[in-house]
This record gives sequence, structure tokens and C-alpha cells, in this order.
Amino acid sequence: MSEVQKYDSGSATNIERPISDPGIEPHRVRMTDKSEKHAKTAERQISFMFLVSIVGAIIAVWGFVAFPIVGGDLSATRNNAFWMGIGMALSLLGIGFGAVHWAKTLMPDNEVSESRHPARSSDEARAKAIEIVKLADGESGFTRRKLIRRTLYGALAFFPIPAVVIFGDLGPQVGDTLKHTMWRAGTRLTKDPTGIPIKASEVTIGSVFHVIPEGLKDLEEHKLEEKAKAAVLLVRVNPGDLKEDPDKANWSYDGIVAYSKICTHVGCPVALYEQHTHHLLCPCHQSTFDLADHCKVVFGPAARPLPQLPIAVDDEGYLVAQSDFLEPIGPSFWDIRK
Amino acid sequence: MNPQKPMRRRPWALGVVIFLGLILSGGGYAAATQTFEAEFGSPEQVEEGRKLFLANCASCHGTNGEGAIGGPSLIGVGAASVDFQVGTGRMPGQASGPQLYKKPVQFTEEQIAAMAAYVASLAPGPAIPPEEYLRTDGDPTHGGELFRINCAMCHNAVGAGGALTEGKFAPALDGVTEKHIYEAMVTGPQNMPVFNDANLTPEDKKDIITYLKYVEENRSVGGFELGSIGPVAEGLFTWIFGLGFIIAITVWLGAKAN
Amino acid sequence: MSSVTEPTTAVGKTADYLDDRLSLGTVIKQFGRKVFPDHWSFMLGEVALWSFVVVVLSGTFLTFFYEPSMAHTYYDGSYAPLKGAEMTVAYASSLDISFDIRGGLIMRQIHHWGALIFVAASGLHMLRVFFTGAFRKPRELNWVIGFLLFLMGMGAGFTGYSLPDDLLSGNGLRIIDGMIKGIPVIGPAVSSGFFGGEFPGTEVIPRLYSLHIMILPALIIALLAAHLLLLVIHMHTHYPGPGRRDDNVVGYPLMPVYVAKAGGFFFLVFGVIAAISALFTINPIWNYGPYDPSPVSAGTQPDWYIGWLDGALRLAPGGLDVAIFGYVIPMGVMLPIIVSLVFLVLVAVYPFIEAWVTGDKRDHHVLDRPRNAPTRTAIGAAGVTFYAVLWAGASTDLIAIFFQMSLNHVLTAMQVLLVIGPVIAYWVTKRACLALQRKDREIALHGRETGRVVRLPHGEYIEVHEPVDKYELWKLVDFKDYEPIMPRPNKKGKITVGTKLRSAISKIYFEDRIAPVSKAEYELAHADHSPAIEESAKRKPKQLKKKL
Repeated sequence: MSEVQKYDSGSATNIERPISDPGIEPHRVRMTDKSEKHAKTAERQISFMFLVSIVGAIIAVWGFVAFPIVGGDLSATRNNAFWMGIGMALSLLGIGFGAVHWAKTLMPDNEVSESRHPARSSDEARAKAIEIVKLADGESGFTRRKLIRRTLYGALAFFPIPAVVIFGDLGPQVGDTLKHTMWRAGTRLTKDPTGIPIKASEVTIGSVFHVIPEGLKDLEEHKLEEKAKAAVLLVRVNPGDLKEDPDKANWSYDGIVAYSKICTHVGCPVALYEQHTHHLLCPCHQSTFDLADHCKVVFGPAARPLPQLPIAVDDEGYLVAQSDFLEPIGPSFWDIRK
Repeated sequence: MNPQKPMRRRPWALGVVIFLGLILSGGGYAAATQTFEAEFGSPEQVEEGRKLFLANCASCHGTNGEGAIGGPSLIGVGAASVDFQVGTGRMPGQASGPQLYKKPVQFTEEQIAAMAAYVASLAPGPAIPPEEYLRTDGDPTHGGELFRINCAMCHNAVGAGGALTEGKFAPALDGVTEKHIYEAMVTGPQNMPVFNDANLTPEDKKDIITYLKYVEENRSVGGFELGSIGPVAEGLFTWIFGLGFIIAITVWLGAKAN
Repeated sequence: MSSVTEPTTAVGKTADYLDDRLSLGTVIKQFGRKVFPDHWSFMLGEVALWSFVVVVLSGTFLTFFYEPSMAHTYYDGSYAPLKGAEMTVAYASSLDISFDIRGGLIMRQIHHWGALIFVAASGLHMLRVFFTGAFRKPRELNWVIGFLLFLMGMGAGFTGYSLPDDLLSGNGLRIIDGMIKGIPVIGPAVSSGFFGGEFPGTEVIPRLYSLHIMILPALIIALLAAHLLLLVIHMHTHYPGPGRRDDNVVGYPLMPVYVAKAGGFFFLVFGVIAAISALFTINPIWNYGPYDPSPVSAGTQPDWYIGWLDGALRLAPGGLDVAIFGYVIPMGVMLPIIVSLVFLVLVAVYPFIEAWVTGDKRDHHVLDRPRNAPTRTAIGAAGVTFYAVLWAGASTDLIAIFFQMSLNHVLTAMQVLLVIGPVIAYWVTKRACLALQRKDREIALHGRETGRVVRLPHGEYIEVHEPVDKYELWKLVDFKDYEPIMPRPNKKGKITVGTKLRSAISKIYFEDRIAPVSKAEYELAHADHSPAIEESAKRKPKQLKKKL
């Protein structure tokens, strides 16, 4: 072992093997090598598989033709997909099994050895390559002419910048859109999706209403964007069960509370309400909020309570918002408190 | 927005409803929110129900249905509650746990009807829904939309069920009768919230039932549905059966022929 | 070619025409008999390659019918429970592909099943490469290319998952939006740029579409080309065995055996995917309804390859909004992002770490049996466990229902497992590897136990051991063995921090080691003329004969 090899092998140990490499195992003779009868059988099997493939292709075409789509009849769709799929599968598997069986039984299976060449170029090739690079450097003066080289680096650093800036209009400036929703003082709470306003008396204890602001249903533009922020869950609990902060006491109405439905973790709709525990569970990542206690996080990865929508009743008995949410809804972001 | 059927109401029941509404709203704007008023059974049926109640339910729910240790008050829960809880075998409950399971039904239909009549006689509450709202000829599109907004977060988009906190769960809905689906919405069994008729009108409920029955009867457009629980089942299938089968082929391909 | 003979047949004339223009003869001469080793685990990469081809073919069909538009429309197709529903054109066209275009549903299912199998096979192929040490010199860069391919596969998968614009994928995008918004400083602006304004906007589907059908497939194809080119340059590795050396490759020639096997294998992979797609539904988008920000379905999960990231989000501890000067960093979101990025980087650079620890600069073309690299195998097992717990974490709700357990308990148990699981897996795997190596050593030295007990003339009872044949023995003794590196001073006579670190890690890797059987040991074991080995040695020729 030369010095170089010793260094190259790192911390590998050098142990003499107890025996020398015996070389490739002797070839094991197959039935198809020994007997012409077996070879014939294999040949017939392979051809049979190729024939199955042809039948499969025909089945697939038949499946397409035989089951025209009839409006409203799902069985046509089912039959179509089934027979085309089964036909294609037969057609493909027939070719595949046939070809591999062919290779395994009739093509030679003597293992052969081929020598490898290292990826590393030969020393002469390397020397030649270095010589070429040096020649090119000398001819262009790349190393010698510092000014050219440095300004080129500068140009190469600057030229992609427009390619980045050009994407500046992918989206508008964020502004304060994340901090406001459609809710205003006096906006009625209406049912999702019908937009029918809700009277306080309709919200019986144990009920849960999925709520959108009045007018959202008829928005021509940005309907889903507004809904993604303004969706609210309305629940009535026994007023005695509510643990309310004194300064938020008038945000609820006789046990009726409204909370943002958008999870403060990553924004899924938190809508799994348990009537007796007053817990709200997010189905996406299992954050759990205690609705009776200002939607504080009681379990899971969320960090902030669900924002509460202050509500009141207007003089026709309908539930209305007192104002917009007093804090941003949905997932936390960088300047959420600014 | 006026789904109620005033003609079918007895005046005093409406009065009770208005009174309750006044109490609940605190503002005095009462809209009738109760379901179909309780239709009392005959005195004999109520008496029969009372006997069954005393023999089978009173130990937890109190001798007059006022509730006791282990069981909530049944005053005002209505016939629909009894029909749902006993009719799906959840009641009488056996083991205590996070939630009652569906079990083989313990009583005959007459017995259930008798107990329902008795509990309904204690105080007005949601009644067993009439046939006309249990037919599946509603609007499945509207029903589907309502189901996704109000129900799918717990029960899954096609009613395959889902998990709640601390071992509770929303059960799968396939195989549940139209009547029991309706009663569950109107009574809010266990931790399920109540969907009264102001929230989902009887027509809405019918649409939801229509939708659920449609997806129950029109399964498998694309083949076996792997439990309809979504990508997790598909991923497991890919690894275990998809790759499993392909690996079996690679092993055959790499093995030497005899 | 005229120097050979003038072609007379049609095939000959065609070949002549092509060779005059494409130098086909040289290509066939060069590659026609190239040798490929045969082992089932070497086919895993091919599964990924062929399923990618299947996905490209079926995806091309889908592009003819799918419309990437978020314009509003009312559905008027075959599926009754959505008739008249308001939805985007993207969702409506996906429904039409499913119900109203013949062959559409089967192609959609082939595309989706194929995609799941593509990413799964890539992952399994990576595991094979890792556990057999196939990433060692000269293949480190090809490992990185493969790693990038896996990432691209995940990206292509996720962008495709979002295209139907149904409730399930919409909630998936909403989660992505929530994560993006949580990135410090740039989060809200990046979200606005991605969605073209506020979530969900009307831009994101067309943008995902161009990523899905143009940018990501182009990148995958380019990387695949590089991956396969390097495969041709390096030639395939082979498992240790008789005649297999670092300077040769043992197997079957490309033409005809490998052409038939690999070519046939494409049809087999495609056929299996087609059969699955005919029988099993995947992503029944009609069940979920159009996207609407208010509803959500129980069991909202991503496709399996994104599962581990979703699991990381679920398992993150709660209440971690960190405030700095009034600015908020939502660590509940950032922590999973950071942890998964660190995990990915570790996977990508592992070959370089191991090369640094062993200091081995030689080319390696003979693979390691996993037991013969106990620490690497243990690290791999720990990584797999970590990934698997995160992955399982994405289905806590389903696990809770299926096993009738509390969701909360399942989640807490997963959090604990995420920390201790990899440690246990590391320890158990390392011990198991060392035990297997010890067993190999025993067999090499003393042969296999036959279970036959004989009584010797002087009354001693012994069990007869049967020596293994030379081919088997070679497999047992031919592996690379490393010792811990001692920290040595450099030329300036100093022991640097790097050297110390390297020696410490080297110690972790190689302190517990089972050395291969040396010649001296072997001769010693056979020199005492143990009657047991003698006894069975007599039987050997007979057995060999039977085998042949």
C-alpha cells in the first residue's frame, strides 16, 4: 500500500482477508437451458402474455365505446373508468410480464464482469486541461486585467436584479388589510350561506350558528377574501357558564357569544363545537379553545385566543356587531401588534 | 324565513314557546324556535311509558325525569331525544366513558314510543319529526352546502365521522336512518350542538338528509373508497399495497429462473 | 459503414441512414453490452423513474381538459349534489374530467396514484441508497441531485393536489398561507405576492398550474437527466459478493437482458398503477365540494409526502408567539419550519459528513451490507423514526378514532415519541447490527450450527458445525472496517477544534466495532482440527454435488 493510498483510506483498517476472492459463482443451469421442452413451454407462456395484452387493449377500447356518458347516471362513469382501467392494466401487464419472463427464462443469465474506470480524469488529461485553462486565461487576460474582471463580477451581480424586481406586482402592497374585516358597528349577523339575519331569540342554548356579515353574500368582488376573514361562530351558552372579563362583559348578549372562526394557528376554520365542554377544536392541527373563557387556548399549537366579535341586539331584535374585531383575526404575523 | 306551521300548533304551546323565547332573548323579540310541538300520546301510552321509565331510566334520570347523579334532567328534551337515544341503542347507557356508543336497540318500537310519550308529557320539547321531512326528494346541492358548513367539520364531508377532544368523536352517518339524523340535529345529543328550526329549517334538514342519502347510495364512482377518510388512507394504501405489489414484482424480476 | 457491407434489408438500410447522421453505431458499440447488476432493491429508483413517466403521460391528457381559472361559474354536470353550485372554473373542469369525459376519471386516478407511488418510490430508493452506503465517493453529488429530485417531487405533488380547488385542497392552501404569513418581516408580503392579494384571491390556481406543468416538471426532467448521466458515468454499484470488486461491475448486459427487464418493468409499473386506479378511488374531489373559507371537513390532511410537515405543525408546542420590540414571531409555526429544514439539510449533506468522519477518499463501488456500517444504519433508523413520528402526527385524529383513544393523549404521546423515539431506534439498531456482525463472524470462523449433536469417542458431546462455502465466506468477510481517528497535531503542532470534533464524532461512529475475520484468526480456528468441522467437512463434496 503506497503512502497516498494509506492517506486516502482515512481511518479504514487494513486487514488481510482469510481467503482470497473466489471470483464469480459458477453459472447455475436453468431448466430452459437443459431441455428444449421447457424452453418451448416458456416460449408459449410469453406469447400467451403478449396475446393477453392485445385482449386488454381491446377491452379498454370497448370500455370507452360501450359506456357513453349519460347525464346524471354515475354508473356509466364507473363502468367507463373500471373497464378502461382494467383493460389498460391487462394490456400493460401482459407486455411487462411477457418481456421479463422472456429475459429470465430464455435470454442468457450468465453473470459477466466489466471493469470500471474511475470518474477522475487521467493525469495527462488533467495536465492538458490545466494547460488549456491557463492558455485561455493568458489569451483573454482574465486574471491580469483586474478592472475588467471586477466590473464583470459587478455586472453579473447586478443583471439578475431586474429579474427579481419584475415580479414586484405579483401581489399588491399588504397595507392594513390583514387587520380589518367586513364587520362594522351595526352590521347584522347573518346565516352562512343564506345571508338570513339572525334574531337573538333564535339562538337557543346549545345552538351553534355559522355566521357571515350582512351583505357578504351579495358581494360582486372579493367575496371569498372577505369571507376568509369575517367568518364567525355564534353560540349561546348558559350565561352562568361564561367566565367573562369585566371589560368585555358587554361584548356578549345574554350568553350569546361570537368568535372568529379562523384559527390563530394557521387559519383553518375552527368549527368543532362541543356543547357541554364549550370547547372549540380545530380539525387541522387540533388546537382547542375554551369558548366559555374568551376562547383561550387549552390545547394544541395555537398561541392566541380566537378574537371575539362584540355583539348587541338592534331594535328589531336582530344580532348586530358592535364594531369590527378589536384585534387581527387568523394566524399571527410579524407586525400584528403594530 | 318562516318555516313554522302555525296551524299545527296548539295555542298554549305557542304561548310557552313565546314565553321561553322571551326569557331566552331577554329582549322580548320572540320567534318560535321550537320544533313541531309535542303531540301527546294517549294517557295509556304515557302511563306505559312511565312504567318503563321507572324500571329502566329512573336510576340515573330521577323518578320524575328531573335528573340525578349520572344522568341529566329530561324535562323539556322532548320525544325526539328519547326516540334518538333509545332508538339508536345509546340509551340505556352501559359503561361510563367519554361518549355513549351505538348499541343494539334494547326496546321495541312501541316501548320506545311509550317512553317518548312519557318524556314529552313532562314538558314540551322537540317531537318526533313527521314523515314529510324524512323523504329524500329534497335539494341535494343545497343540502350538501349546508352539510359542509354546519356538519362536515365534525362528521367529515361525506359523513365518515371524525375525532373530537378527549376521546369523544362524531360518529359516521352511513346507515343512520333519516329520522335519527333529523332528531340528532334538532336535539343535539351529547356534545353535538343543537340545530333548531331557526338555524336549519325543516326544509334545510330535509335537504341535508337528501344529500347524505345520495352519497350513501352513490358510492364508489372511482372504485373502492378506502373508508372515505381522505389522503391518509390513500397514503397507507400506496405504501402497503401499491409499493408492496411493485416490490413483489421486483423480487420476481431480480430472482434467477429455475 | 460502407466498409462492412452495403445494407440490403429494410432494417439494414434504415440503420445505415440513421448511423450516417446520428452515429448510432458508436452509441450501441459503447453502451450495448454495458453491464448492470441485478438485485430487486436496484429497481426502486426505476419504479420512481417509470411512475414519473406514467404521471407525465396521464398529466398530459389532463391538461387537454383542465382549465386553471378561478373565475366563478355554476356547475352543470353529471354529479347531482353539486348541480347549480357556485364554484371556480378549475373545480368545475376537474369535475367534468371526473364525470363527463370518458377516460377522464381513470386518467385522473392514474395520475394521482402514480404521483403517490412516484414520491414513495423515490423515498424508498433514497433509503436503499442510504442504508447500503451507495452515496459514498464518487456518488455524493448524485445523492444531492436525488435529494433535490425528491424535494421537486414533493413540490410537484403539492401543486397538483391544490389544482382541483376543492374544499380539501383549499384548506391545504390556507394552511400554507398561514405558515407563509408567520415568516418574520417578509411573511405578509410574500403571502400577498403568492396569492396575488388577499387569500384566496383569483391568481393562485393559474400560478400553481404553471409551476405544476412547466417549471417543476422541467426541473425534474433536467435533474433526472443529470442523475442518469452520472449513473452511466459511475456505473451501478453492486452488493458485496464473490467476484464483486471496487474496480468492476458484475451483472447482465444491457442488450438484450436489461432492455427486456427494464423495458418490461415500465409496463409492469404502469400496469400496476392502472389496475389500482381501476379498482380504488383516489381523492374523490366531488365529496369535498367547492372551496369556501368557512367550512372544513374532518380528516383534512395533505397527501402522504406532505404529511410529515403537517405532523410537525400539529406536534409543535402551543402558546409560542414570541414578541421582540412589539414584533411577533409565531414560533408555533416557525419551529416546525426550522426543524424540518434542519432535517432536510442533514439528509442532503450526510455523505459529506460521513466522508469527513472516515477520512476515506477512495472510490466505493461495492455496497455495504447495512449491518457492516452499524452507526450509519443506526443514524438512518433514527432519521426514519423521526420522520415516521412526524408523518403519523399528521393523522392523530384518525388514529384516535380508529383505536378509540383520546385525541389529546395520542398527540401528547407523539410529542414524547418524537424526542425519545429516534434515540431508542438508534440504540436498538446499533446493537442489532453489532449482534448480526458478531453472528457473521462466528459463522465465518466456525461454520453454521447444524443442530446435530454427536458424541466423541472419549465421551464429549459436541454440536457439528458446517463450514460455509468459499462464496458465502467471502461475502461474510469482505467489508470495510474503520477505527476511530486519534486527534493528531497539524503541521504547526496544534490540535485544532475541528480535529478534536472529528475525533469525537469518529469515536461515536467506530468505538464499538466488530472487526472482520483476519487471516490469522481464521487459520487459528481451523488449525486446532476441531473434530466438529472435520466431521462435516467430509460431507461437503456430497452436498456440493447435490447443489449443482
